[in-house]
Amino acid sequence: MTLALLIALLPLASFLTVGLTGLFGGPFRGRGHLIAVPAAFASLLLSLIVCWQATEGLRLNEDLYVWIASGTFRAAIGFQIDPLTAVMLVLVTLVSSLVHLYTIGYMHGDRGYDRFFAYLGLFTFSMLMLVLSNNFLQLYVFWEAVGLCSYLLIAHWYERKSACDAATKAFVVNRVGDFGFGLGILLVFTTFGAVDYQTVFGMAPAMTGVTLNLLGPLAWLGLSGVHWEIGVLTLIGLLLFVGAIGKSAQLPLHTWLPDAMEGPTPISALIHAATMVTAGVFLVARVSPLLNLSPTAMAVVATVGGATALFAATIAVTQTDIKRIVAYSTVSQLGYMMLACGLGAYTAGIFHLLTHGAFKALLFLGCGSVIHALNQEQDLRRMGGLRSRLPITYLTFLAGVLALSGLPPFAGFFSKDEILWAAFQAPGIGAKLLWLVGLVTAGLTAFYAFRLLYTVFHGSSRVRPEAAAHLHESPSVMTIPLVVLGVLSVVAGWIGLPGSTNWIGGLLSGVMGFAGHEAGHGEEGAAHTIVIGLSVAAAVAGWGAAYLCYVKRPDLPALWAQRLPTLYQASLNKWYVDELYDRLFVRPTVQLARALWRGIDVRVIDGTVNGVGMTLWRLGREAQQMQSGQLQHYALFMVIGLVLLAGMMYLFG
Amino acid sequence: MGAWLTLVIFLPAAGAIGLWAVRRPEAVKAAALAITLAELLLSLPLWGSFDRTTATMQFVAEAPWISRFDIFYRVGVDGISLPLILLTTLLMPVCVICSWRAIDRRVKEFMISLLLMETAMIGVFSALDFVLFYVFWEAMLIPMYLIIGVWGGPNRLYAAIKFFLYTLAGSLLLLIALIALYFEGGRTFDLMKLMEASYSAPFQFWVFWAFFLAFAIKVPMFPFHTWLPDAHVEAPTAGSVVLASVLLKMGAYGFLRFCLPMTPHASQLAMPFIAALSITAILYGAYMALAQDDLKKLIAYSSVSHMGFVTLGIFVFNVQGVEGALLQMINHGVTTGALFLCVGLLYERTHSRMIGDYGGVARPMPVFAACLVIFALSSLGLPGTNSFVGEFLVLVGAFRISPWVAALSALGIILAAVYLLWMVQRVVWGATRPAVERLPDLSWREAVTLAPLVGLVFWIGVYPEPLLAVMHHSVEQVVAQVGRESLPDGAHLLVRWIAGGGAGPGVVPGVVP
Repeated sequence: MTLALLIALLPLASFLTVGLTGLFGGPFRGRGHLIAVPAAFASLLLSLIVCWQATEGLRLNEDLYVWIASGTFRAAIGFQIDPLTAVMLVLVTLVSSLVHLYTIGYMHGDRGYDRFFAYLGLFTFSMLMLVLSNNFLQLYVFWEAVGLCSYLLIAHWYERKSACDAATKAFVVNRVGDFGFGLGILLVFTTFGAVDYQTVFGMAPAMTGVTLNLLGPLAWLGLSGVHWEIGVLTLIGLLLFVGAIGKSAQLPLHTWLPDAMEGPTPISALIHAATMVTAGVFLVARVSPLLNLSPTAMAVVATVGGATALFAATIAVTQTDIKRIVAYSTVSQLGYMMLACGLGAYTAGIFHLLTHGAFKALLFLGCGSVIHALNQEQDLRRMGGLRSRLPITYLTFLAGVLALSGLPPFAGFFSKDEILWAAFQAPGIGAKLLWLVGLVTAGLTAFYAFRLLYTVFHGSSRVRPEAAAHLHESPSVMTIPLVVLGVLSVVAGWIGLPGSTNWIGGLLSGVMGFAGHEAGHGEEGAAHTIVIGLSVAAAVAGWGAAYLCYVKRPDLPALWAQRLPTLYQASLNKWYVDELYDRLFVRPTVQLARALWRGIDVRVIDGTVNGVGMTLWRLGREAQQMQSGQLQHYALFMVIGLVLLAGMMYLFG
Repeated sequence: MGAWLTLVIFLPAAGAIGLWAVRRPEAVKAAALAITLAELLLSLPLWGSFDRTTATMQFVAEAPWISRFDIFYRVGVDGISLPLILLTTLLMPVCVICSWRAIDRRVKEFMISLLLMETAMIGVFSALDFVLFYVFWEAMLIPMYLIIGVWGGPNRLYAAIKFFLYTLAGSLLLLIALIALYFEGGRTFDLMKLMEASYSAPFQFWVFWAFFLAFAIKVPMFPFHTWLPDAHVEAPTAGSVVLASVLLKMGAYGFLRFCLPMTPHASQLAMPFIAALSITAILYGAYMALAQDDLKKLIAYSSVSHMGFVTLGIFVFNVQGVEGALLQMINHGVTTGALFLCVGLLYERTHSRMIGDYGGVARPMPVFAACLVIFALSSLGLPGTNSFVGEFLVLVGAFRISPWVAALSALGIILAAVYLLWMVQRVVWGATRPAVERLPDLSWREAVTLAPLVGLVFWIGVYPEPLLAVMHHSVEQVVAQVGRESLPDGAHLLVRWIAGGGAGPGVVPGVVP
């Protein structure tokens, strides 16, 4: 308990000290790393200890204090440690401390140096509290908190309008997801009367078969016969998954992540690749005891994951901004993880989450090193031939690309293979289709990964002269993290070798078992070999295609773009989803707001109020005329009054 | 302790009288600050010695006033009024400090108005006699009218008269309800006795609507809200803060103190209607805020949206809803008051409230920017800040009555993120405009006004338990009072959204107590 608390509190302390000295001044002003970096590494060390204890059988579930208590509602701030939490702790603190180190070099001389370190601390704290949580509400709290950090860090260079736009977009799109997530938690409470995992998961099996009528309120309108029954567990699962869709940038809420690349590259590596965006996958894995009870929700998770994987990969193949390529790749890989979870292969999903965390952080930091060397240049078309000038960056980037492509024996191979194998194995034609989607995506992945590698590092230099002048390899604070992650990209997969030596599978299956398919894991039949062979073949094909297009015949891509202009433009423009949302949601909302204001508030309501005032005033003015002082007028009014009186007596009397 | 409460109520008024004797403006300010600070200190023992294990009125003081009609001076507080009294005493020193430079003419009269306001507001929250309540209620109107009408902006007369007439219309209905209850409730103005008496359904119906209009205008609920943006825009900063933080709570306090206990049947009958109006206020207010180019109007409309959560929470009649609403009243007081302070700070520097005149304020004013962002995040209900706890509890309460109601109002939280972050983006971020390049960051005086509010934002957000513990018993009593008459059949259909008997334990609303 103390250890878990310390893991989370160290980054918080770093945030407070660095943040306050950055704002108000103090001995560490401009040297925030002196506090932040040691805090991050200490947190990493403690996480490793906790992880080791967890493999030895440590389980913890304890409340720190009661946060909100009202009537029967009770939510605590508490910690839970199990293998899932333990591996997440290691991933988060590892990438976080390496990114801390890298930031010293990358953000050197930046005006917001301390602010950046402060936010890194706040983010690390929030992310750790998220994975340590033992209840839904705390998860939600830090879910939004990491979103806030993401917002603040995307807007780090707040003078750029594009950065601010991207930050606001990220927050708002995530809020849309959180809207569903929040309703899911409310439904959890009304269904189970509690929001802590233990109670909810314990009671969940008893709720199978219980349904709700979504159209119930229509009864009030006299339509009591209308029914749309939905299983309460399915509804909970789907609502929670809406949150995961937002955070993990799945279809249709993926649009914020590529834009989030406006933020400095270290946070793209930490937040938008390795940790925060994987929170959605973590959530799905965490609530697996609920999801397992609802085949419908599982099918939705798998389908959304598969569709996103393919969709994002088709965009990544044509983008020209190096960070955006990696961002779409992240969306695609997150889709793989969701696909795995939806098929019940949670361990495979989390395994891929871990390996992906290593190699994707590496790729982003590699991009950062390139961008740093080229003086903030991010366009592929102005790179090329950097291999000799940035040798360490090149070698480590190569390791990342090989891992991402899923080539043996690099990290991505083992985890992706396991996902594809799970899809192949799962019953039903839908699962086979998803396997096919995964296979095609694997080919595309290798293609865009090697395209990136070749156009940046190989071929002739297209670097602008002014950038070429001070082209240099990055300082060692930046290359050390690259090397560490490079090594991990090679070896991280070995914690999950297929077969009986699958360490990570053994560790995690206790937490997130799924009766469905994972039993078949042990068998090493010919089918498995063929499936592995096919996915490697797809990756090699993608590699080959990239080699052909970007090394052998560099004129080919332009030719293809000319041959298939519609397809090329669609991919280049990200299938026009942003434009669609702009037309459908953004502009109508603002227009509606202005129309409502001018129409209803100003005209109808205030018009009425002022109208009443004016009428009364005018009536007064008119009545004033009666007091003219002329005797014949008063006589006339008297006669009119008498006639009226007489008439009334005649009518009602 | 009854005398103590009386002291708390009348100290500001006594101070106001004493202030007549002071001549120099600087001395007037210092004296006003001293009085409000003394008042704050004086109110703290109420918090300390409040008995959290009972719902009965505490610190009760009683004295005959007009015996011919059985009218008493009778005051006391419970878990509903205590937090609101402390909110008032906390904010008044802030109001005095923020007027230090902003008010440069008729300083003495201004401070006297503020102090009289304070007595009237605390009086409203602690009155236990209906006539006394009404006197305080009306007494608030006059200083506020003067604050807007004398020290306000260019269009202040229109705004002041609009404010006055709107609320006066409500007050008249309240007076009618007061007299009706006197005759029907056993010829007494004792609020406790009036709450215990039971009234016929038709009587409840008429009294409820009189109450409703009086309070709905104060909240303000849609469509009675249009006085609010005008009043806020024209009022000086301190006026806006008092208006947003305390005056808007009067309506919601009235619903809790009068409608629910005295007209439970009619309240239940009106619930669908009020829920609909609340949702409309939440969404409509948010849309209005989105359309504004004037910072004060934006925050004023966001108030309409936020207060929608309060009225919704009150009218779901369960512990979570009402506690959430009460907490949200405090939160709104803290956060929206702070946002108006922030706008006031900008206005003092540039004399503009238009969003378009700002941009990149973070560069010259980093500390101010940090504060504004914190309050904006609090206002949009970010977890970890105060508003989240309140809004979440309201949503829990609403969800138990009808998930659709909760879902619709939760849409307002998305919209809140949109209009607040868009505001932050246009004011704080972006390239620094030449006009704001040399603005000084917060002075000590300004930092002192914002610091306690920042503290409250996080304290309530992270550890709301002390505040909730004060409310529990009183809220449970109100919920029991409204529940003592069962729902009429028509309303049952609404709340029973779940079909058939298929639902398991806890799924049917009402099973979770």
